[in-house]
Amino acid sequence: MPVSTLNGQPVWRHRTTTRQMAVWAGWFALVALTVFCWQEMNRNTMWVFVEDAPQQAADLITRALPPRWSYLDRLWLPLWDTLNIATLGTLLGTLMAVPVAFLAARNTTPSAALVRPIALLIIVASRSINSLIWALLLVAIIGPGLLAGIIAIAFRSIGFVGKLLYEAIEEIDHRQVEAISATGASRMQVMDYAVIPQVLPAFAGMTVFRWDINIRESTILGLVGAGGIGVQLESSLARLAWAEITVIFIVVLATVVASEWVSAKVRKTII
Amino acid sequence: MTSTTVSPRRWKRPPLLIQDPTLRLVIYGGFAVYLVLAVASIEVNWTRIFEGLERGVRFIQGFLVPDFLTRARDIQQGIIESLTMTLTSTVAGIILSVPIGIGAARNLAPAPVHAICRSIVALSRSFQEIIVAILCVAMFGFGPLAGFITLSFATIGFLAKLLAEAIEDIDEGQAEAIRSTGAGWWQIVNYGIQPQVMPRLIGLSLYRLDINFRESAVIGIVGAGGIGATLNTAMDRYEYDTAGAVLIIIILVVMATEYASGHVRKWVQ
Repeated sequence: MPVSTLNGQPVWRHRTTTRQMAVWAGWFALVALTVFCWQEMNRNTMWVFVEDAPQQAADLITRALPPRWSYLDRLWLPLWDTLNIATLGTLLGTLMAVPVAFLAARNTTPSAALVRPIALLIIVASRSINSLIWALLLVAIIGPGLLAGIIAIAFRSIGFVGKLLYEAIEEIDHRQVEAISATGASRMQVMDYAVIPQVLPAFAGMTVFRWDINIRESTILGLVGAGGIGVQLESSLARLAWAEITVIFIVVLATVVASEWVSAKVRKTII
Repeated sequence: MTSTTVSPRRWKRPPLLIQDPTLRLVIYGGFAVYLVLAVASIEVNWTRIFEGLERGVRFIQGFLVPDFLTRARDIQQGIIESLTMTLTSTVAGIILSVPIGIGAARNLAPAPVHAICRSIVALSRSFQEIIVAILCVAMFGFGPLAGFITLSFATIGFLAKLLAEAIEDIDEGQAEAIRSTGAGWWQIVNYGIQPQVMPRLIGLSLYRLDINFRESAVIGIVGAGGIGATLNTAMDRYEYDTAGAVLIIIILVVMATEYASGHVRKWVQ
C-alpha cells in the first residue's frame, strides 16, 4: 500500500508516486491533444456566424412555429414509403446476412482459413459505411427512388445482423450439436435441428432491433434522394420552409417512438 | 412370440417461434399481405438502372483503383476535420454527460433532478445526428463547429443514459460503507461510486469515440464539415475514384479505431 509521510505521520495514498505521475501525464496529454484538435478544427470557423447563433435560433423558432399542419396530408404517402424502405430493407439485409453469418462463425464455416476472412470482411465493410453513404452511392448508380433506399438499408443491415448472429452461433451449446450428429444426421440436418433452434430467438430479436434502427435511418435517406419522408424534408429545407420542417420532424419523432415501442414489445415476447 | 408394435403417432417438429397456431397464422398472413402491398409500391425504372450499371462498373473500378492524389488536399482537410471533430466532441460530450448521468441515476439524485436529466437524455436520444446537424448548420453556419455541437449533443444521450444505468447497478454495500464513515454526498460519489463505474465509463467513452467518427463521416452531407463533405463533393463531381479513396480511408480508420478501442477496453476492464 502506497504511504507517504507528512510531518512524521504516515498518510495513506491512493497510488504510488510513479503511478500518480503516469496518470497525470495521461490526463495532460489528453487535454493538450483536445486543445490542439479544437484549434485545428476551428481554423476556418467564422466566429461572426457563431456569435449571432442565438439570434439565428430565435429567428428559426419564429419561422418554425406554428407548424403548418395542412402539410401533413402530403406526408402520409412518403411515410408509407419510409416504412416500406425500412421493412423491405431489413428483410433483404437479413436474408443476405444469414449465409454470411454461418460462413463467419468459427463452428459452422466450411473453411476457417479461406471463407471466414472473406465473410468477416463483408461484415466489417458493411458496418463501417453508414446507410446514408450507401444511399449516396446507390442513388448515383441505380437512380433516385425507393429501391436505392431499400438496398442501402439492406447493405448496412448485413453487417449488424451478421455480426450479432455469428457471435450467437459461436456461443451455442455444443452438446446439442453432438447429440444430433450422433443420430447420423447430415451436415444440413445438424444445422436445421441443432443450430437453428438455438439461435432463432436471438435472431428474431436482433432482426426486430435492426428494423427499429432502420426506421430511424430510413427517415433521412431521402436527403440524398433515396425515397421516403426525407425527400420531403430535402425539398422543404431547400425552400427554407421551416413551418413544414417542424411538421416533418414531429412525424419523424412520432414514427421513431412508435417503432421503438413496437420493437421493445416484440423483443420482450420473443426472449 | 412378441411382435413390435409400431406406434400410430408420429413425431412432428414443434413450431420454432410462435406456439399458438391461430396467432401464427394471423401474424404470418398479415405479414404476407403487407409484403405484397409494400413490394407493389416500389416503382422500378429498369432503363435507369440499366443506364446506371455502367456507372456502377465505373464506381467499382474507382474503388479498386482509388485516386488518393488528385484531391489529396481536400481529402486531407476532410479527414483532419473529421478526426479533430471526433475527439473534441467526445471529450465535450463526456464532460457534459457525467453530471447529467449522475443526475439521471435514481439512487443518487432527488426526484426533480432525476426527471430533468432523464428528459435531457430522452431528447438527445430521440433526434438523430443528421436532424440535429441540419439545425446546427442553420444556427452556427457551415463547417466542423456545427458538427462538433451535433456530435457532443448526441454523445450526451448515449453516455449519460448508460452511465446512469451503471450507477444504478452498483454494489450498494460499498456506497453504504463510505456513507457510514460520515462522508458527504461528494465523498460518496468520489469514493463509493466512481471507482465502481470508472472502467465502464472509460469503455463507453472509447466506444462512443468510435461511433462519433462514423457519424462524422455522415453529417458532412448536410454541411457540417468532415470527410462526409469531401465524399459528397466527389460524388457530385462524378469523381468515383476519389470517392473510392475516401471510402477506403473511412473503412480503414473505422477498423483501426474499433480495433484500438477494443484493445484498450479489454485492458481497462
